[in-house]
Amino acid sequence: MVKPLQYISQGLFYALFMGVIGYFSTLPPYTHLQPDETLIKLSFRHAGEIAGACRERTPEEMAKLPVYQRKGGTKVCPRGRSDVIVELELDGKQLYHEILRPTGLAHSSNSNIYRRIPVKAGVHTLKGRLSDRSDGVFNYTHEETITLAAGRIMVIDFKAATGGFIFRNKNVTLGQ
Amino acid sequence: MTAPDLTESSARKALLRLEGILNKIFGNDLNPLYYLGALGFCFFWVLVVSGVYLYGFYRTGIELSYPSVEYITNEQWYLGGVMRSLHRYAADALVVVMVLHLLREFILGRYRGARWFSWVTGIPLIWLIYTSGINGYWMPWDKLAQYATVATMEWLDWLPIFSGPLSQSFISQEVLNDRFFSLISFSHATIPLFVLFFLWIHILRISYPVVNPRRKLVVGVLLAMLVLALVKPALSQGPADMGIEPRNIGIDWFYLFIYPLLDVWSAGQVWALVIGISLLLGVLPWLPSRFKQIPVAEVNLKYCSGCGFCVADCPYEAVVMKPRSDGMHFTEEAVVVPDRCVSCGICAGSCPSSTPFRSEANYVSGIEMPSLPISGLRAAMMNDLAKLTGDARVMVFGCDNAADIGKLRSAGVAVMSLPCTAMLPPSFIEYALREHQVDGVFITGCRESDCYHRMGGLWTEQRLAAKREPRLRGRTEHGRIRQFWASSADFRGLTQELESFRATLRDQAE
Repeated sequence: MVKPLQYISQGLFYALFMGVIGYFSTLPPYTHLQPDETLIKLSFRHAGEIAGACRERTPEEMAKLPVYQRKGGTKVCPRGRSDVIVELELDGKQLYHEILRPTGLAHSSNSNIYRRIPVKAGVHTLKGRLSDRSDGVFNYTHEETITLAAGRIMVIDFKAATGGFIFRNKNVTLGQ
Repeated sequence: MTAPDLTESSARKALLRLEGILNKIFGNDLNPLYYLGALGFCFFWVLVVSGVYLYGFYRTGIELSYPSVEYITNEQWYLGGVMRSLHRYAADALVVVMVLHLLREFILGRYRGARWFSWVTGIPLIWLIYTSGINGYWMPWDKLAQYATVATMEWLDWLPIFSGPLSQSFISQEVLNDRFFSLISFSHATIPLFVLFFLWIHILRISYPVVNPRRKLVVGVLLAMLVLALVKPALSQGPADMGIEPRNIGIDWFYLFIYPLLDVWSAGQVWALVIGISLLLGVLPWLPSRFKQIPVAEVNLKYCSGCGFCVADCPYEAVVMKPRSDGMHFTEEAVVVPDRCVSCGICAGSCPSSTPFRSEANYVSGIEMPSLPISGLRAAMMNDLAKLTGDARVMVFGCDNAADIGKLRSAGVAVMSLPCTAMLPPSFIEYALREHQVDGVFITGCRESDCYHRMGGLWTEQRLAAKREPRLRGRTEHGRIRQFWASSADFRGLTQELESFRATLRDQAE
């Protein structure tokens, strides 16, 4: 190949190489969420009730315990915690249902959840129900009419100490 | 012989054709496909230099990271902005050459036998480079960073190794912590150190590793990258806001291609994919194939003078010098490390005792291939040469991994294919010309700069030019020797070159 043609070909090769890199470094764009969708993120950590009833140790059982363990009293409770059941309803239809096992080797720690749930934007009635009891009865319920703007994220948190579900809806804050 | 298992696969044919085109454009010594690993090193150093500069201005914090990157990009566009773009594009180019390097070595079958080590140590490099690259995309804390961070955490959460979901730390602006930015900043500086460490491991069992591409190639690539940086500077995509989901994002498909997959498949399926691919790559060198390696080189101490030529020529550091163990007056002896030997026979070609001018019929060389003893090669050559008839009689030496020279055999042409052309001791050429009165010796092998066993073509050229031991003696008529490097895709050119050589020999005879 003659030199000038060789140099032109080299230039074209470099242009092609960098063209490919330049193009695929940002293109084609990726649509992560459809234009009419919004996102609900359900995220919390909550420990269910102790699974099973506490009982009193018999005098015989107490006698068998090492002395330092007797100081804890006669009451003994199981370590394991109940499953946490969480449900979401959107406009009367079940959106999400999950049974969350307690973490830890003895299932004695928190039940954790993080879920992203895409839904259509608009005005909706959202209801959250949670059970942290061993009998599975929903003992926390919260319902709200919410406005979900497209592309926004609504976070559903749960804190038993403040009464249960917290719907953090930035859509409302922004007035959208 | 050590023929690769995919010798004539269509992928190999296509690759050789493409390389042939690039050889015409760049010349063999500048063909980018022959320097993919070295280009990877080159892009790594561009990343280091540009990264150090960017680090000087980067601030860690929820409210600090994005503005600091914007400052670098816009206020300092002439240097900081260019550096950012070079950093981005060098990272992308690194992935491109890394993948091409992997594919090329796979297609050419250069991952089996003793080469398993470089192949397997390349796998953690892929993981580390991707980890570092994805980590880098978090740093500007723009919408892309938000998307990549949250998607990564959601993906990681599938693994049962965390006490709680990592994603919960990114659920809203309020829970996000400044320490996250310190962490990613630290890891983006630390992971490349591991990359460098594994790069060193990766080439540990290779002699004369090519870690720098030719200067012209570096200049060409850097100039092209600089033009790209000016034409299409790397930009942020607006500040991250944990209350707004990034919807339409310009993602870097070289690094972040896995994330769209997470929207289609479950996190577990994507983990299965990446771990499965890694495991498959890891076991590939040991999967059943047609690959058969002939027995590795053996040292015959009685004839080893401890000259060290074999050590200097071995492309895989499979021969080492150790203190003499047989009481002979030499200080050292050659020792073969069997696990590293690819059975190329280059060591046998470098041994001075491999000369065919020795008188014994079944002589033994200081180091040679047990299944292809040098005395056997001499006998085979003598036998072939004795059958030659006509004018312009030529002895052709070739390589099992290049063009099939068996098809060149004719009444006036004898052929001998070796595991590597450099297995040929130069004295064989003189022997053929002087003792057997052939009119010419034609030497061929893998394309220039692309020896299957790495250094064979170069060593042969240097030996024939008397620039490397063992040298072809000066009194040998160089006009009766021709070298022509040809892969299996260049057979027509090889035939033409041989005919041209024979025509020249006829002219000389007249």
